[in-house]
Amino acid sequence: MSSLNQILHITLINLRNVPRRLGTSLVVVVGIAGVVGVLVSVLAMGEGFRHTLASTGRPTRVIMLRAGSDAEMSSGVGRDQATLLGALPGVARDDAGRPLVSAELFVMVDLPRQGQSDPNNVPFRGVQPAAFAIRDEVRIIEGRHYERGVREVIVGRKAAREFAGLGVGSRIAFRDSDWTVVGTFESGGDVHESEIWADAEVAMSAFRRSGFQSVTAALADPTDSGLADLRASIARDRRLSINVLREPEYYAKQASILSKLIGVLGYSVATFMAIGATFGALNCMYSAIASRQTEIATLRAIGFGGAPVVVSVMIEALALALIGGVLGATLAYVYCDGASLSTLNFNTFSQVAFDFRVTPGLLARGLVWALLIGAAGGLLPAIRAARVPVTVALRTA
Amino acid sequence: MKYLPLVWSQLFRRKTRTVLTLLSVLVAFLLFGLLQAVQIAFESGADSADAKRLLTTARYSIIEPLPMSYALRMERVQGVVAVAYADWFGAKYQNESNAFAVFAVDPARYLDMYPEFEIAPAQREAFMKTRTGAVAGKRLMDRYGWKVGQKLPISSEIHAKTDGSLDWEFDLVGVFDAEDPAVRANTDVVLINVAYFDEARQSGRGKTGWYITRIADADQARTIAADVDRLFMNSPDETKTAPEKEFAIGFAKQIGDLGALVTRILLAVFFTILILTGNTMAQAIRERIPELAILKTLGFSNVTVTALVLGEAALLLSIGATLGMLTAVSIIPGLNSATGGRFPPLFVHAETFVLAAVVALALALAVGLPPALRVHRLRIVEALAGHR
Repeated sequence: MSSLNQILHITLINLRNVPRRLGTSLVVVVGIAGVVGVLVSVLAMGEGFRHTLASTGRPTRVIMLRAGSDAEMSSGVGRDQATLLGALPGVARDDAGRPLVSAELFVMVDLPRQGQSDPNNVPFRGVQPAAFAIRDEVRIIEGRHYERGVREVIVGRKAAREFAGLGVGSRIAFRDSDWTVVGTFESGGDVHESEIWADAEVAMSAFRRSGFQSVTAALADPTDSGLADLRASIARDRRLSINVLREPEYYAKQASILSKLIGVLGYSVATFMAIGATFGALNCMYSAIASRQTEIATLRAIGFGGAPVVVSVMIEALALALIGGVLGATLAYVYCDGASLSTLNFNTFSQVAFDFRVTPGLLARGLVWALLIGAAGGLLPAIRAARVPVTVALRTA
Repeated sequence: MKYLPLVWSQLFRRKTRTVLTLLSVLVAFLLFGLLQAVQIAFESGADSADAKRLLTTARYSIIEPLPMSYALRMERVQGVVAVAYADWFGAKYQNESNAFAVFAVDPARYLDMYPEFEIAPAQREAFMKTRTGAVAGKRLMDRYGWKVGQKLPISSEIHAKTDGSLDWEFDLVGVFDAEDPAVRANTDVVLINVAYFDEARQSGRGKTGWYITRIADADQARTIAADVDRLFMNSPDETKTAPEKEFAIGFAKQIGDLGALVTRILLAVFFTILILTGNTMAQAIRERIPELAILKTLGFSNVTVTALVLGEAALLLSIGATLGMLTAVSIIPGLNSATGGRFPPLFVHAETFVLAAVVALALALAVGLPPALRVHRLRIVEALAGHR
């Protein structure tokens, strides 16, 4: 009998035996499902956060901050500087020849989460009219645009969902007077959906600011040389001390601390759980071979080799692990995918809302972990099964 | 107690199985200890809060500044003992944004407000006298290898000097530390003398970020907070005052419900452990049915035999839980130094031990009761007849 044939036969006998050892087999399945479920859901959180920031902005647009500032909140761009920046030749113009540039005020306002009362740092952005031409992904999905010169705001879809009192028609008390929410907007699931937008001039007078935080502009020439020209023209002007970044580059940076933290948390917890689950799997496989000691010894006595025994035990362990992995990944997908969350982004110190994203890549990673645990849990018992001398095995059983 | 050796030898009847199960339980409780430590570290602000301290910020957003002149008016509020203030510097050190927090403070007012920060009297004196002086928390000193007496170059992302430069330099004149691990997280900060900072900055002069007030009677916190806010009502800079603890809890909540996340992970962990140890126990008892029947034959009462089985489950889980918590305690110092002080210091809180004991006991009952009841109902004749 070929060894392949032997493997097939022993494995079939093993697998047919599994229902009789349901208790121990369940331990492997549940243990591994736990590891994979936790790993996939925590990483899905990180993935969702990264995706939200990564999908913000286009490479054809730039954000200009004061040199030395890495985030809008700490940046400051004076009104005079903003005017100079808008007039630069590297900035794109609309059909009427007006520059596609929006100098923006970026502050935080305190708002409670839905159903809570503690304040959260919700980002509030005062934008100039061109902002909507530059960011053409922004679309009003409910209500209308704010009117210029009036204390009206439009609210990002995710901010409206996470924080209390942001429905169209409601009034919010910020500095000095009430503001009316007149619309809700979406912008392709990006970070702006966590923000509240208003007319920059009105916002500046209400927040008593004399300068902006940042300037966003469309590039006339989106190639690297176009960007280099823009940077060079800023460097030539001694009145300007400005750092220019493509939007995706800027927003990717804003994800750094939190994604790292989530990754470390997810992988360390999953590693510990995996170690625990490996012990569970070892236990299960040892008792599986113990209950079949006579049978295995008999097979070997009638001429089956050691290798097929090892392989068959491994296959059983891997099959159970796979079931556990699929179960865990499914649970993570059912419970987490699309679940929404809002947290403090440590880079910007303001709230960002995002959805869990269970991607195929994460599911695959979960299954790989499951198989690794299965392999680690199956190997030693498999070797033991093949190495116990036949005579001893038959006598002690 | 006299049955302990019996329970012990029953537990280790099959060494491999018991040891592997123990290791799983150990890992579960190790994870429990660590995750609780992380959660507590994030919420330690609330733990170390002083009930006699209030925090005052601008009413509509924490980033709006308040006039420094408020200090004098706040001091006159009934029940207020002392007032200190601090401003956010927005530090960038060695090109890393917010590598640590830097607060511009009035040295005497601030250090008096936080007596839990221990600093040598001579260094405190030097900080008060040196206009360009700065003091730093011990963990930060260790992380960056700073020495008292050196120049400390820190850039600000927010505040430019009058010459337009964002690069500042201070004289490091002292170091402070805290005994209590819950407070130590708050020492990861550099304090600079506001006298120099306010004079040398380009804009925002005469303004500060937030106020801290000490009150005589913690029970009066709400009344005094309301009195302070009433003082500035309808002024251009309205305030919002709350007890320090509330403020810390609010900040932890901004991060989101970390507690719920940790709880869910731990539920998954302990559910797994429940299945695992439950299976081990069931298996162990099934194998020993004849032995248990013999114990009954020898005159052991139903209750005693049931207690023996429950005791076995309790022993298994308490050994695993104890070893797991001990491992957590012993690896945390290593973790703390491995993170280089970039993370709040982790420590296992006394409450965590109590909680671990409760969880271990609950698990022991859950996995021990079904086989114990089975043994309780066991009829000697059937048990002996059924097995060979």
